[in-house]
Amino acid sequence: MKAIAFIVTLLLGALLIAATADLPDWGDPRSPASLHVSDYYIKNSMEQTSVPNFVTSVLADYRGYDTMFETTVIFCAGLTVLAILRRSHRREKKKVSPRPNTEDKDLILQSAARMIVPMMQLFALYVVAHGHHSPGGGFQGGVILGASFILLAVAYDLKMVLARLKEKTVLLLSGVGVLIYSGIGFICLLLGSNFLDYSAWAKIMPFGPIEARSHGMLGVEVGVAITVLCIMFSLYVDLASGGEMDEGL
Amino acid sequence: MLFHLNDWVLWQFDVLILALVVACAIISLCLKDLVSSAIVFGAYSFLMCLMWTEMLAVDVAFTEAAVGAGVSTVLFLGTALHIKRRSRD
Repeated sequence: MKAIAFIVTLLLGALLIAATADLPDWGDPRSPASLHVSDYYIKNSMEQTSVPNFVTSVLADYRGYDTMFETTVIFCAGLTVLAILRRSHRREKKKVSPRPNTEDKDLILQSAARMIVPMMQLFALYVVAHGHHSPGGGFQGGVILGASFILLAVAYDLKMVLARLKEKTVLLLSGVGVLIYSGIGFICLLLGSNFLDYSAWAKIMPFGPIEARSHGMLGVEVGVAITVLCIMFSLYVDLASGGEMDEGL
Repeated sequence: MLFHLNDWVLWQFDVLILALVVACAIISLCLKDLVSSAIVFGAYSFLMCLMWTEMLAVDVAFTEAAVGAGVSTVLFLGTALHIKRRSRD
């Protein structure tokens, strides 16, 4: 059985490598994708959306519908893991203090975590807010924010982090993120424009339609960041504690 | 653009990173210990992140570094500690 699997894998690998010969060269200006599509975004992104980083403008504005459903997919993945792994324990609940428990773990690890975590969170907020001008955006920023909470849970204990960031809050916020994204799109619909056409916001906000697209993208990124933060943390909590929500790694 | 693409990309780096990527992929498949396998897979993700950076796809590299090398390694570790730690095949 193993030999058959190995042969199938080899054949598939050979097929894929043979198929890469048909791909256009890397950075080829005459490849189909570079002829019409990329060209349009590179030329018009700055005029139409006032966003210098056109990767962000493509992801959050021109292809905003895709990104909305990517966020929804992450949301659903988190909920699925929760539905499969989470066990409700009937044991009596002890009161857990949100102060760090510094007794039974590594001093170096804990001191390092205490210094790194604020920096990580600040950097994550910068990544979310500055995604228009430099690489980054809601997804990356949300993952870094989630990683900072995971680091706290690894260095201290899971209960302490869960006492600060309650499980209910995490679940509620992960839904709120998706709601922010789709809500911003839906308000565009109410203002008489297309779904996720942020320029409609100019009708009720004190800025022009082009700035409205830029600000709309920022709002959307914040929604993505909130969902990703909560789902990453929730995934870690469920997987590392086996659904018991008590110990962690 | 300050530099020409072909001047920027050194093919030696390409070959080095690609060789390490393949090595990491094979090693992480061959290791019996799932925790070590997860760590090597994290190294694989980080090398892929270098690869994206070298192809000037900085946004993708950023995502790969945060998700692939960062969070998913921790998720693999958390899972590996709760199942049987040694793989049978």
